[in-house]
Amino acid sequence: MSGFLALVRRDLQLAVRQGGDAALVLVFYLLAVLLFPFGVGPEPNILARISTGVLWVTALLAALLSLERLFVAEYEDGSLDQLALLPMPLAVVVLAKTAAHWLLTGLPLTLIAPAFAVILGMDAAGYPALVLALVLGTPTLSLIGGLGAALTLGARRAGALLALLVLPLYIPVLIFGVAAVDAATAGLAPGPHLAILGALLLAAIPLCPWATAAALRQALE
Amino acid sequence: MTVFAGAGLACLRGERAVFAGLGFGVAAGGVLLLRGANGSGKSSLLRCMAGLLSPVAGLLTWDDMPVGADAEAHRSRLRYLGHQDAVKSALTVAEDLTFWQRLHGARDPVAIGTALNRFGIAHLADLPARLLSAGQRRRVALARLLAAPAPLWLLDEPTNALDDDGVERFAAVVGEHRAGGGVVVLAAHGDPGVAGSILSLADYAPHSEVAP
Repeated sequence: MSGFLALVRRDLQLAVRQGGDAALVLVFYLLAVLLFPFGVGPEPNILARISTGVLWVTALLAALLSLERLFVAEYEDGSLDQLALLPMPLAVVVLAKTAAHWLLTGLPLTLIAPAFAVILGMDAAGYPALVLALVLGTPTLSLIGGLGAALTLGARRAGALLALLVLPLYIPVLIFGVAAVDAATAGLAPGPHLAILGALLLAAIPLCPWATAAALRQALE
Repeated sequence: MTVFAGAGLACLRGERAVFAGLGFGVAAGGVLLLRGANGSGKSSLLRCMAGLLSPVAGLLTWDDMPVGADAEAHRSRLRYLGHQDAVKSALTVAEDLTFWQRLHGARDPVAIGTALNRFGIAHLADLPARLLSAGQRRRVALARLLAAPAPLWLLDEPTNALDDDGVERFAAVVGEHRAGGGVVVLAAHGDPGVAGSILSLADYAPHSEVAP
């Protein structure tokens, strides 16, 4: 456990000192969301109707943007060899790195989403469901994305490959994330959709790190 | 008595056989020097020993137990140092050592101080690693061996980038490790400043390329 926390702390420390990724993700999120009023036109009704989908799709792309680098730096400077040789299972290392990734991208995206919902004129009844859905959904995005990052490690054009690999797997999260918010704005209970998002997360927590660790060992061979 | 041994080891890289039928044995307190031309498989053998690479044939044993039987125990008894130093530029030297020590399950600031002193980098403890020279980074990577002790050291050209003082310090540290019953396997081109039994990789080259 102390090893897990030490890893999370180091990744946060590195992100703070090197700057960049986390801030970049938020700026990308803001710009991508702001493009829609320009593209669709300033019609409040239309914007409010598409706001949930816009917020989810852009959050998904923003998460993807930072994933490519998840293991690359460790791979290039030899740290991945050392991490793979720790007494603790590599899956725990992966889980710690994914947790740090979520704290740096998913969590800020979740916290700022209601502000963007205001910009797009979303019905205020949907805000709690939006935040809850993002809290449950974005960790799954990080976990699935970590698997993609490990599989494309060392590949040429890893970024494009990663998107092709990971985006289809994001579809269930997107569907239920949007459905939860739509249910709330329509005056229905978002609970069932949130429960499915939670179930997806619970399935991803043991499965994704295990598969990611296997992919990383393959990359090290 | 032999502690760490291998028999019938063979390794493939891509489609090419690097070595085959390789065997070795090291006693407690012993040093095994891997010698061979570029591409003869010294690094591959070390990675096999560490468990990063699976040999296509053969068996590695520690105390007569196959290391594959308990991979976790094997990982906790070994320290591997490859070509890369795995030093993060944004962390200070002391932070780097503390981090890896913690991951190996230890918490011992005294050992870190000693490790820094032994490699002559105590004055760099609070500098971020991006300000270090290649030789200083190497010393940090070597200091990790002492920060979290383990019986088996697998070192791939550890004295690269080290100056004479560094090589001397390294030899002294290896001497102490041997005196404590530790095992060292070391790949080197030049003189690593350490004596030991020699394993020549050329003897185990596959026979596909027969000289005319």
